[in-house]
Amino acid sequence: MSADHRIGTPAPPLAAGPAVGNDTVAGARRADEPALAASRISKTFGALQALSEVSIELRYGRATALLGDNGAGKSTLVKCIAGMYQPDSGTISIDGRTERIATPDTARALGIETVHQSLAMIDTLDVVENLFLNREYTRGGRPGAWLGLLDRKRMRAECEETLSRLDIRIPSLRRAAEALSGGQRQAVAIGRAVAWGQRIVLLDEPAAALGVEQTERVLDLIRNLRENGVAVLLITHDLERVTEVCDDVVVLRQGRKTAEAPMDRVSKDDLVAFITGASSTTGLR
Amino acid sequence: MAGSSRPFGRRPALWPVTISFRQYIVYIALVLIVIAFSVILRDHGFLSWNNIAAIGRQAAPIAVMAVGMTFALAAAEIDLSVGSTVGISSLVAANVLVLYGFTAGVAAALAVGILIGLFNGIVTVKVRIPSFIVTLGTLGIVAGIARNMNNLQSVPIRHDLFSSAFGTGSVGPLTSLFIWTLIALGIGHFAMRHLRFGRHTLATGADREAARAVGINTDRIRIKVLVISATAAAFAGVLLASRLAVGRHNLGENDLLTVIAAVVIGGTNLFGGRASVPGAVAGAILMATLNNGLILMGLDAADQFIARGVIIIVAVALSMRERRDA
Repeated sequence: MSADHRIGTPAPPLAAGPAVGNDTVAGARRADEPALAASRISKTFGALQALSEVSIELRYGRATALLGDNGAGKSTLVKCIAGMYQPDSGTISIDGRTERIATPDTARALGIETVHQSLAMIDTLDVVENLFLNREYTRGGRPGAWLGLLDRKRMRAECEETLSRLDIRIPSLRRAAEALSGGQRQAVAIGRAVAWGQRIVLLDEPAAALGVEQTERVLDLIRNLRENGVAVLLITHDLERVTEVCDDVVVLRQGRKTAEAPMDRVSKDDLVAFITGASSTTGLR
Repeated sequence: MAGSSRPFGRRPALWPVTISFRQYIVYIALVLIVIAFSVILRDHGFLSWNNIAAIGRQAAPIAVMAVGMTFALAAAEIDLSVGSTVGISSLVAANVLVLYGFTAGVAAALAVGILIGLFNGIVTVKVRIPSFIVTLGTLGIVAGIARNMNNLQSVPIRHDLFSSAFGTGSVGPLTSLFIWTLIALGIGHFAMRHLRFGRHTLATGADREAARAVGINTDRIRIKVLVISATAAAFAGVLLASRLAVGRHNLGENDLLTVIAAVVIGGTNLFGGRASVPGAVAGAILMATLNNGLILMGLDAADQFIARGVIIIVAVALSMRERRDA
């Protein structure tokens, strides 16, 4: 793992650009080329067609809202991109290069960070361990890295720094995640994706079950990511707020894409119509 | 940073470290039982040096197996095949020792453990059968092979180096059994607490989907813990064969329940995600002490089976209760 790759390089409150691979990212961040292009993705579960030929593009520095009713296929699409599911057909390319995202580890290596609806927090591990899960720093040089000898001090210090930079306050980092409140867990899960997300961040209902103030903070984090050139995909049911943070919108209905447009071209009523199936267009662009 | 708002999180708790009763129950229980037996059995030499040494000898192989089993349970797997792994390992060690000498004998016994573990792990992961079932099958298969190996006969071991290295020898005041137990404890505790592997094992056991979502190769973890468990059992077979100077197909036959009881009462969650290697070793000492005391009190083997069964149920019940409280 990247031992000299510091967590969340951004400057306050978020870092700007990764410490490693700066040139490749900068080179790839041309406005005309999508950060991520998923094209004609299909996925079935038994008899259920969860996704049929859905295409979506994410661009650096833009946030895309992914809307749709329950069961529309939003989470399935995110899981296909995040390497949790293998699509039956279709391709995913990152910076114009077609990639096979076989595992979540591959997705991470390609710069894709995901906050799943389940949050993927380990209840019995503490906050630091969760933040660094599968990205642990090791000490003791090469033998230590081979053994996986944990550098707890460094992880703890960086965890503190990162959470305070993101303004996420947790009473004790030594606490097991199960002792955190729902909002705190969500905050840590989002903080993890934001801290590590250098290129592409996927958020599956990150503000579900959060209070007003906490929701506001999540939206701030998303704005920050966008301003720092990260490509963001946001699944949400909050039509009020989504127009504030997202630049583009894609609507799924029953596994198909029913609308795709810049956010400023559609009204909230339009969105409701697309979601419920009262109207359909992909040509608003 | 110290903004007036509190976006996430609440007032810091006064007592941030949650003290877990379950983590310490094994040590408390051990002390209580030693005190109780010291009083009840004061005329039976419970506290005599010989008896304490006997408890240690009994605890050592159980402790080694318990360390291995801790990894399996931590990852929410279970290894029911340890009982027959001990037997076959003792037989393989005895047979190979005669033909090819010390190193080959020990290596062959451990290799058998690794192979059994690989079989358990790969079938569990690739065929997608719960390890509970796979290792139950392996328990039978391996027991059958061990029975055929020397036609149910014991294989005597006459090998000074082998006997002193793993059984009867000592370094200064420390017996070799004691030293091997310490080594198993040290390696196990270190791996669980200080290595990435330990964290990933706990993550896999606590929530396999979440562990997978952060990119942990949970299949590989699950195979590894079953290999660790079987290898530890094979090493326990070596220890037993050395101490008893014999390889026999049914060595360790009745140890499964004892091992699981030791691990669970030591604070490891039977369903994964939480583990304590020192607790498992303390649990092994507790079980050996209990066993010893019950024998001195005149209970027979049947009563001991009952006692072990009751302990498992009580230990699991306690850990479940704590989980609900949390």
